[in-house]
Amino acid sequence: MSASVESSTSVQGSAATPVIQALATRLRSDIGGERVISDRQELRTYECDGLAHYRVTPALVALPQDTAQCAAVVTACAEAGVPFVARGSGTGLSGGALPHAEGVLIVTSQMRRMIDVAPDDERAVVEPGVINLQVTRAAEPYGYYYAPDPSSQQVCSIGGNVAENSGGAHCLKYGFTANHVTGLTVVAPDGEVVELGGRAPDAPGYDLVGAFVGSEGTLGVATEVTVRLTRAPEAVRTLLAAFRTIDEAGAATSAIIAAGVVPAAVEMMDALAIEAAEAAVACGYPAGAGAVLIVELDGPEPEVVAQFDQVERLCRDTGAFEIRIAADDAERALFWKGRKSAFAAVGRVSPDYIVQDGVIPRTALPDVLRRIDRLSVESGIRVANVFHAGDGNLHPLVLFDETVDGEAERAEAVSGAILDLCIEYGGSITGEHGVGVDKARYMLRMFTDDDLDTMQLLRCAFDPDGLSNPGKVFPTPRLCGEVPGRRKGVHPLQESGVAEVF
Amino acid sequence: MVDAVLDALPDLLRPAGSDDVVAGVPARYVAAPASTEQTAEVVRVAAAQDLAVVVRGAATKLDWGLPPRRLDLIIDTRRLSGVVEHAAGDLVAVVRAGTTMEELAAKLAPQQLAVDVPLAGATVGGTVAANASGPRRLLYGTARDLLIGVTVVRPDGVVARSGGKVVKNVAGYDLGKLMTGSSGTLGLVTECVFRLHPLPPATAVVVRRVDTVCEAGILVTSVRRSQVVPSAVEVNAPPDGGVELAVLLEGTPAGVEQRAAGTQALLDGEVLPEPPDWWGGYPWQPGDIGMKAGVSLSRVPEALTAARAAAERYDVSVTVRGSAGAGVLYVGLLGATPPEVVTGLLDELRAICEHAVVLTAPPLVRDRVDVWGPVSGLGLMRRVKEQFDPDARFAPGRFVGGI
Repeated sequence: MSASVESSTSVQGSAATPVIQALATRLRSDIGGERVISDRQELRTYECDGLAHYRVTPALVALPQDTAQCAAVVTACAEAGVPFVARGSGTGLSGGALPHAEGVLIVTSQMRRMIDVAPDDERAVVEPGVINLQVTRAAEPYGYYYAPDPSSQQVCSIGGNVAENSGGAHCLKYGFTANHVTGLTVVAPDGEVVELGGRAPDAPGYDLVGAFVGSEGTLGVATEVTVRLTRAPEAVRTLLAAFRTIDEAGAATSAIIAAGVVPAAVEMMDALAIEAAEAAVACGYPAGAGAVLIVELDGPEPEVVAQFDQVERLCRDTGAFEIRIAADDAERALFWKGRKSAFAAVGRVSPDYIVQDGVIPRTALPDVLRRIDRLSVESGIRVANVFHAGDGNLHPLVLFDETVDGEAERAEAVSGAILDLCIEYGGSITGEHGVGVDKARYMLRMFTDDDLDTMQLLRCAFDPDGLSNPGKVFPTPRLCGEVPGRRKGVHPLQESGVAEVF
Repeated sequence: MVDAVLDALPDLLRPAGSDDVVAGVPARYVAAPASTEQTAEVVRVAAAQDLAVVVRGAATKLDWGLPPRRLDLIIDTRRLSGVVEHAAGDLVAVVRAGTTMEELAAKLAPQQLAVDVPLAGATVGGTVAANASGPRRLLYGTARDLLIGVTVVRPDGVVARSGGKVVKNVAGYDLGKLMTGSSGTLGLVTECVFRLHPLPPATAVVVRRVDTVCEAGILVTSVRRSQVVPSAVEVNAPPDGGVELAVLLEGTPAGVEQRAAGTQALLDGEVLPEPPDWWGGYPWQPGDIGMKAGVSLSRVPEALTAARAAAERYDVSVTVRGSAGAGVLYVGLLGATPPEVVTGLLDELRAICEHAVVLTAPPLVRDRVDVWGPVSGLGLMRRVKEQFDPDARFAPGRFVGGI
């Protein structure tokens, strides 16, 4: 992750080329002048997503209203050979929706129709610009909700969730976006509108819905999304346990999982993260805690009651010196307030910080935290730790002051070293923020050339010309002409003189 | 006699025997590699010699799909067996593809790969390739939801991995989802990493028999709307009339007892310690016709009604069974059912369901009915196939649209 303003990527772009001017004219005629932006000042408001130190001004912005308009934009791009990038709410943390300087940014903020809420089918069909939490709001009157709940759920879009395969605190039990999307209408990178999956499961053929979710906008643009609605749980119980050390909190997590309990969420914060949260939102966590654990159980009342007692006992057995049980929704919200504010809260204890996102096997938690601590001591860079402990997803917050000479570089080095630790322990370089532009260079540490080449076979099937969100996910693009099979005779294009074999 | 193929890998290849047949098409060679590396060696030889390949596990579903357009080599995965790693604390297991589901279950206890096995003896690889599932898919999902990492030998012999050994991971494309249900047309899966679940300490089944599919539909809806959180909601509608509904509950002993009582009251049913004997099996025997339909939940009763009406109209024996709570129904017909009747039933199912496919049928039927029906996104699927297997050597013609 790039750490400072100095190292930020900033492409201002130049005056529109003839290709872009012609494309703008065509798009204005196809979808309406008011839905195409070409003014430099206006374009600059779209120059970054949630990862603000990468900035690129797009050549054009298009704001289609529906699938047909989106298809018109993509078709025009494909015919002009102009790259395009889809963007939802722009809350992504890996630069996945960073614009392309010579490309069109397709913003889905005008595609916010809730097409159907069908509790009888346990499905909702929504446009990509619909906000995550709005799906739950629409389903609540029927006793249902939309389970994936990224921390940004009040502002992030379903289209962005599909691109990133978003998770959330409760994905330990309920899974990720990929487990909750059953159908998609996709504008393929050549402009063709394709229906994949539907309301029913197991559509015949390849699971292209599964392949598309999490592909970070590189396989086309989703314009309608069919999601599962989940029955709202009868009971939810939440406890907050305070431990003297992170090791004890880790042991409690392991004990809970080993007992066969699958909590809805297990979240952990270390002392520095607690300090920051207290400074920011005065969440009133127990004083003197080296770590706090938030454990939430949900489901049928009798199950929650039986398992909650067990969880409470396991926390005490592993050294919890204080356990608070949320008496009502307000108290539960207070427990979560500290956790959910943690990222922003570190701003109270440090002028600058990097939010890292890595995954390790849950059982490696104590070892990896000791190694992170050592990195911190050796570099003099403080690291606050916040994690989805249940599934081993770390969010170390690397703190620095960029006005101190060399500190930004050292923070950057610590942040990268944490990802190396994740790989060393058999984990992943990203659990939920995505690869985007930010981590493409780390992909080769986790995967071989052959692995990445194989993934790009899928890319080539969808997007042979590499126009859909190019430069994201993969460190080097694959030239799709190179089909790795046997060659039989002369390729027709070669024969006709259109193409040559190099 | 000199045989270039056998000479290339004498230790791993043998001439095919009389049983080495796929949907009526005999193979020339059989290979039984015992590692990913050996598999890659075999596949590279197949690529160099332009051999058409079908991957075979325990052969429990080898008669599914259409016959291969051509076939030279069967790659048998059963020597690729065993649990490589069971990280119990992380609820993850790394498993070789030829391991049987039963062997895996025995190794993983008191944890489990929460995928039911409709056909005994099936391998992990076959289960993934066919995306086979059973009643508990309602709670746990299917193989696609539980597969978190995969090792594949591509048709050109290159070994590739995606995913990893952690449940939460969004680095790169999820090729496991692409492989799941691909019927061996994109490559050979040698190793799978699965997310596991704890085995529940207690289970109970509540059953209720009703006269009409309409009543069954109402009961299914009432279970879904309740707070009992079933692991499975299954129906069985045999040819002799009546419909049986069975609901599986899993959890703590105290919790299950109360939830079973609640379900019993809801259904006016009976609590049993074990599921009924039809539970989790397909409603057909070898040689019969087996179909699978996916239907939106609100239309499950309609699909059941249509199947029963068609059975009466055509005067044939039809059994419908499946996950009414998840929208997946299996339909069984006797093997001697005339193809035009099968087509008639398929048409009626397809009018109500989002899709209905023939999984297995005798050649006389299979060759005269549209086994797949309309497939949305077929153009993209063909392009995926062309990228992974440009010479169409892996299970050619077995899958949708002639893939």
